[in-house]
Amino acid sequence: MSDAREPVTGIEAPVYLQYQFTAGRAPSRFLSALKQGRLTGQRCPGCSQVYIPPRGACPACGIATEEEVTLSNKATVQSFTIVYIPIPGNPIKPPYIVANLVPDGANISFIHLLSECVNEEVHIGQRVEAVWKPEAEWDYKMDNILYYKPLEEPDVPVEMIGKLGVDGLEGKQS
Amino acid sequence: MSPTEVLSEAFELGFTYTRSTGPVVGRFLTGLRDRRIEGVRASDGRVMVPPMEYDPDTAAALDDFVEVGQQGEIVSWCWVSEPRKAHPLQQPFAWAMIRLDGADVPMIHCVSAASEDQLATGARVQVRWAEETRGHIADIACFELAEVAQ
Amino acid sequence: MSVQARDIAIVAFHQSDCQASAGATNEVELIMPEIRAVMDQVGLRNAQDVDFVCSGSCDYLQGAAFAFVAGVDALGAVPPIRESHVEMDAAWALYESVLKIRMGHADSALIYGFAKSSPGELPIVLSQQLDPYYLAPLWVDTVSLAALQARLMLDAGKITEADMAAVVSRSRHNAMNNPHAQLAGEVSVESLLAQQHFVSPLRRHDCCPVSDGASAMIIATVEQAKAWGKPYAILRGIDHRIESHNLCTRDLTESPSTRRAAEAAGVADGAVDVAELYAPFSHQEIILSRALGLGEGTSVNPSGGVLAGNLMMASGLSRVGEVFQRIVSGEARRGVAHATSGPCLQHNLVAVVEAA
Repeated sequence: MSDAREPVTGIEAPVYLQYQFTAGRAPSRFLSALKQGRLTGQRCPGCSQVYIPPRGACPACGIATEEEVTLSNKATVQSFTIVYIPIPGNPIKPPYIVANLVPDGANISFIHLLSECVNEEVHIGQRVEAVWKPEAEWDYKMDNILYYKPLEEPDVPVEMIGKLGVDGLEGKQS
Repeated sequence: MSPTEVLSEAFELGFTYTRSTGPVVGRFLTGLRDRRIEGVRASDGRVMVPPMEYDPDTAAALDDFVEVGQQGEIVSWCWVSEPRKAHPLQQPFAWAMIRLDGADVPMIHCVSAASEDQLATGARVQVRWAEETRGHIADIACFELAEVAQ
Repeated sequence: MSVQARDIAIVAFHQSDCQASAGATNEVELIMPEIRAVMDQVGLRNAQDVDFVCSGSCDYLQGAAFAFVAGVDALGAVPPIRESHVEMDAAWALYESVLKIRMGHADSALIYGFAKSSPGELPIVLSQQLDPYYLAPLWVDTVSLAALQARLMLDAGKITEADMAAVVSRSRHNAMNNPHAQLAGEVSVESLLAQQHFVSPLRRHDCCPVSDGASAMIIATVEQAKAWGKPYAILRGIDHRIESHNLCTRDLTESPSTRRAAEAAGVADGAVDVAELYAPFSHQEIILSRALGLGEGTSVNPSGGVLAGNLMMASGLSRVGEVFQRIVSGEARRGVAHATSGPCLQHNLVAVVEAA
């Protein structure tokens, strides 16, 4: 790697390893539902919290989760950031918004993109809705949902974020 | 609960590392680039090839380099009848511990041979250099039996 | 409190089946049933009910970066818990937990190890733990290194291929009583020797299988174990020693690190009824038995050992657990457990477990 007259000071040591990744029971069911156009979570039998994406466990209680819950396409912005720098390998052109979103019916947020919005007007508590790809393109993939876009709905008070039922503010959990 | 579909997908994990060699490993690899093999003398007088940076007994830094031969004898070996994709040789071959002439501590490398029958503990082997050397352990393409070498 | 006063009690242990592939099971789903099982054995709710949690695993096995972090989802870590992880076999997580308790920083600990080795090519993945300049770039796999070691033993007259086959035959026989074993059955030495070589001088059966699974254990001070009111065994001694990474500077036909660890753990202080040894290759069980000074009176690998199923990163902890179970059941009064790490028995841990 260096000039023949110069002593060797380094080597290239690439390591490539091949794997067959399996998604796990809970993530497999989550991805299968996504392929059918449904966003799902799992409810903890102990504390009733609904997790997305489900991993088969309630991390708070340390017990297995099995009950599946179909979540709403509507969600609330819990937090967000505006990305101004290009990320290697990411086809999306900056600036764009990455947000923590809590779908109605779930108790924790997951991360997805916000688009069709004025970046400077995005705010915590804002109501948004999933924009799905055409059904023919649905696969076992999170990007079946292209992005979320703003909804003309009243904001959710900060203390209520993560506490809405699947029917939104109207169907809020006690 | 719906029965689980097993979702799985092949993927490759890559680490594109470069490594600094330091003075001892660097000198050894520089030697390989020039088609020479250098070991280092440990505190007990043993010559170790490839050289270690520190003495295995006293932990002292080592710098007493000794050029060793390009032939040696097999101390132990195993026959790989089904080479793995990552292996340096894709025909059946042997891994061996080889004590080079002038060295005391063997080194591990591969030995190319037509069949398992040709190999034995104590057999003489010699280096086959890669067509292009670049300062890497694979500059030694493999060892081959000294008798069948040209 | 004095260090000597804090004897360690092993209170609970459970291991999953050794499966060739756990298929659609992620790390949390592998761990969860084992943690639940040991919690239930003691009557605890979750990790909130122990003072410390320590796990052992290696992300490279399944190629999932920070998989061990996801494993915390199985614990119930709200509010936050005291937790640690070793990128090693969970036997070393046990060692860390023992130190934590002996130092008075905890009275109880949950330990678990898990492995999903099936997604990758394990012997090749493990080649990358070798010297990064001289060996890793050649992709020398772990089976081949063990084969070089076996040849050294055979050439030195320290073992015969029949000795190796006898180890396998006994492993498969013993494993018939182990519901979690992957390989079990009656196989004669003759039929094993009739098999073709795999990486000569090793035959396939001389090498442990690749298995997916997990195991978990709960340990505590003796006072805490008594308070829980469950049967327990005493972890009388534990020590581990490592040898040079340079395989060619080691005497591979012996295991001086095991010998030293055994002395420090007090193996020779009493009769050894049972020994569970982490020998991934048949000839290594012979090396280990000799290094530990085991004789006729010791039942070696009554579970079948790891030749019957090898949960990388959990098998070492499971060896301790197997001895614990035999002592609590009254089958044995004193036993030795061994764990290993690295190529050709580079790093060895020895534990002595006794009846309370």
